[in-house]
Amino acid sequence: MPLLSLITYAPLVGVLGILALRMGGKDDAKSAETARWIALVTTLATFALSIVLVAQFNPNDAGFQFVEEAPWFMGLSYRMGVDGISVLFVLLTAFLMPICIAASWKSIDKRVHEYLIAFLLLETLVVGVFCALDIVLFYVFFEFGLVPMFLIIGIWGGARRVYAAFKFFLYTLLGSILMLAAILWMIGTSGTSSIPELMTYHFTPQAQIWLWLAFFASFAVKMPMWPVHTWLPDAHVEAPTAGSVILAGILLKMGGYGFLRFSLPMFPNASDYFTPLVFALSVIAVIYTSLVAFRQTDVKKLIAYSSVAHMGLVTMGIFSGNAEGEQGAIYQMLSHGVISGALFLCVGVIYDRMHTREIKFYGGLVTRMPVYAAVFMLFTMGNVGLPGTSGFVGEILSMTGAYQASTWTAILAATGVILSAVYMLTLYRAVVFGPMTNPKLEGITDLDWREVAIFAPLIISTLYMGIQPNSVFNLTQTSVDQLVRVYQAAIGG
Amino acid sequence: MISAHLAYAYPEVILAVGALALLVVGAFLPKQTSLVGGASVLVLLAAAVASATQPFGEAFSGGLISDATATFAKVAIYVASAVAIPLGQQWFARRGVKNFEYPVLILLAALGMGMMASSGDLISLYVGIELHSLALYVLAAMHRDNAKASEAGLKYFVLGALSSGLLLYGASLIYGFAGSTLFSQIAVAAGSQANTGLLFGLVFLICGLAFKVSAAPFHMWTPDVYEGAPTPVVAFFAAAPKLAAMVLFARVLADGFAGAAGQWQQVLVAIALISVAVGAFAGLVQKNLKRLWAYSSIANIGYALLGLSSGTSEGVQAMLVFMVLYMIDVTGFFACLTALSRQGRAMETIDDMAGLIKERPGIALAMTAFSLSALGLPPFSGFFAKIFVFKAALDAGLWGPAVIGLLGSVVAAFYYLRLIKVMWFDGSVGATDKPPVEANAIAIASALFAFPVVIVALSWLNPLAERAAHALGLA
Repeated sequence: MPLLSLITYAPLVGVLGILALRMGGKDDAKSAETARWIALVTTLATFALSIVLVAQFNPNDAGFQFVEEAPWFMGLSYRMGVDGISVLFVLLTAFLMPICIAASWKSIDKRVHEYLIAFLLLETLVVGVFCALDIVLFYVFFEFGLVPMFLIIGIWGGARRVYAAFKFFLYTLLGSILMLAAILWMIGTSGTSSIPELMTYHFTPQAQIWLWLAFFASFAVKMPMWPVHTWLPDAHVEAPTAGSVILAGILLKMGGYGFLRFSLPMFPNASDYFTPLVFALSVIAVIYTSLVAFRQTDVKKLIAYSSVAHMGLVTMGIFSGNAEGEQGAIYQMLSHGVISGALFLCVGVIYDRMHTREIKFYGGLVTRMPVYAAVFMLFTMGNVGLPGTSGFVGEILSMTGAYQASTWTAILAATGVILSAVYMLTLYRAVVFGPMTNPKLEGITDLDWREVAIFAPLIISTLYMGIQPNSVFNLTQTSVDQLVRVYQAAIGG
Repeated sequence: MISAHLAYAYPEVILAVGALALLVVGAFLPKQTSLVGGASVLVLLAAAVASATQPFGEAFSGGLISDATATFAKVAIYVASAVAIPLGQQWFARRGVKNFEYPVLILLAALGMGMMASSGDLISLYVGIELHSLALYVLAAMHRDNAKASEAGLKYFVLGALSSGLLLYGASLIYGFAGSTLFSQIAVAAGSQANTGLLFGLVFLICGLAFKVSAAPFHMWTPDVYEGAPTPVVAFFAAAPKLAAMVLFARVLADGFAGAAGQWQQVLVAIALISVAVGAFAGLVQKNLKRLWAYSSIANIGYALLGLSSGTSEGVQAMLVFMVLYMIDVTGFFACLTALSRQGRAMETIDDMAGLIKERPGIALAMTAFSLSALGLPPFSGFFAKIFVFKAALDAGLWGPAVIGLLGSVVAAFYYLRLIKVMWFDGSVGATDKPPVEANAIAIASALFAFPVVIVALSWLNPLAERAAHALGLA
């Protein structure tokens, strides 16, 4: 059974269902409600399939599993497969999608059908990115993902949505178009488009430099790394809540995944050569964007900048080139996917009630929303990296990895942990604690059962990943070891 | 003896006889426009079948070549022409212009284009070009009560005549220096290093052909003619004639000057990059969609020329695939414009499209697909078209031009996105009329080809293009 294709295209079944519903019936509230249920059931089914995938995954095999192959044209092929690095990203995507659908149940009330179609399409494309084993197929999924996100930001976004949507699209397109040139050159030179074969092909060190830069242009924008991160705060602020969850939770991970899948194994010498550059940019990202986050007056923007800072730790871990760093980076990405998604949902909760994201507007919410305060507290702590939450494991490991590669980088990046505590706790204090001075907040209500149901899986996974990190490491270990072994052999370390 | 030659020219014979016969029918039964139209479609399809099944060889002392290249191009050209007939005839009928000349002119244009695709010497090259151009000039001005259409026709004619002059001048120089009009003899004379006289002639020939494919800096007529001519006519002459001229381009360069590839390569690279730049930047300020798509077509022809300029068989193959995929896109886009009107007034500006996704979701989706395809975004056909071309250019070592070309597509992305933004994000500005059936059907069918049919279609289109490219004289 082609399990990966099944997971990838399962959401399209929902797309067709909703499309049929929209074309056949009226565009009213009842039809929208049906569409929501179709989307929810589809994404839950996809999630169930991805659990089957993880359960059947053999953690002792470093190679690609569940491989599917069919010839295409021009020597390209339809090739899918997962290894220890990608399998959990598939799970993360399938995990966050039903949450996104549920989170926009009430807050999206115009053009519901199109909205749900965009999300389901996005799920197909993101899962495809993590499963594709043909480099052109990867690019197809990677690049087409821009379109649904462009529409999500542009149609259901805030006041400056058009500006944000264009910035998002053009920024990422510019980055990835250079990657396309590199991909075509690689196919022409190596004669193959298969990712596993390209991973063993040795490009000359001179060529690696150019190829690495082209891929870096794409992944650094996607990640995003300082200084090409400026599209992210705009996109986040304008996107609807679920859009932000997907953006921070999954789409950013495509950059990190790209580094792990392409840059390190295919261009090891260039990766080694550029490591100081990446370290420098990562440290700047951690310190600078943390400081920027501290000065934000908009809750969403603050969390967006905090994402950039956390991604700085990820790039640092990836390019440290040792097992701790890679494991830490992967862990940090998974954990950040859950925690930042949850934080955006926390913002969404109060935004849905008050329709503003100004920090100054809020204060003293704990007296009216005790459950919300507790939930928000947990994810704030997770974002800070408190031991016991998943955030801690990723941070400590990527810094351990970086420490071995470059002591100063790790020391400077460690200040990021302190800075994240500074801005997150300030935010938490300003929104949740203190006296409730704004009379408009008097009538604010606590989480309803739907919102609790949305947060519950996120809380469980944050704590579970914080206490039981081995459940993740067992899956990633073999593939990461293999990656590091090949990388170290190539750079002669 | 003549019959032996005719075996290689059945498509041309069918078209010529068909066109003249239908002209007579039309003259005696002027009311029977739909009869003439339907018969013309059948004639074109018969010609397509004939070209798909005819034997390969040379006729009329090498003047007419029947090979895989000609077959590939002719089938595409005839089918595209056949699609244009119902699209245009209904459009004219709704405007009270009931004329049987429209399908006949399309037949004559198709005959000329077929000759271009299979011409083996400078004479048949010129005859083919003139035959199809003259038909196109008339088609552009066909809506003769409309001042803009008349202007477009005149402009097209004057500039087209100028380009024909350039082309003839180049052809006469080449003939003078090579001593023959046959491409195969010219190739012998040119050798691996064409002399200055031949090269001079070739550059004039390239200029003339660049006019026909509307490559910059010979593109000036394109936006005006696209804007002025009736929309379904634009759907026709933005597609098939471009393919015919590109195939002719490839034939002249590959059959006549294969050895001197190093000499014409730089000319083509320059034209290609200027076209990409002009198309990308000038398109940014356009408000009329027909003008916008004229610039888009200039940029896309630039990409096709980039494939050709690699000077390899792979490059020709890439160009052929590119042109066929592009043809379907552009026909579909103009079919969308043909289908759209508001209270009888054609919707031609970007602002007219506001909120189209609510008014006409099918057409809006189709136009979104064509925009993304023209932008070169996967998984639409334009993306595959572009990777063929860029891979060919990179394999030929043209990595600089390829990167510049790709960056040009990022600039152009802005105007395609603006169209999508207007259709999807903005509020509607009023109800649109019910779209005519045939334009709607052609638009939707082309959109479905752009995605997802293309994913499957490439598996058989690509080998056909490969065979077609191998029939030409490049390595």
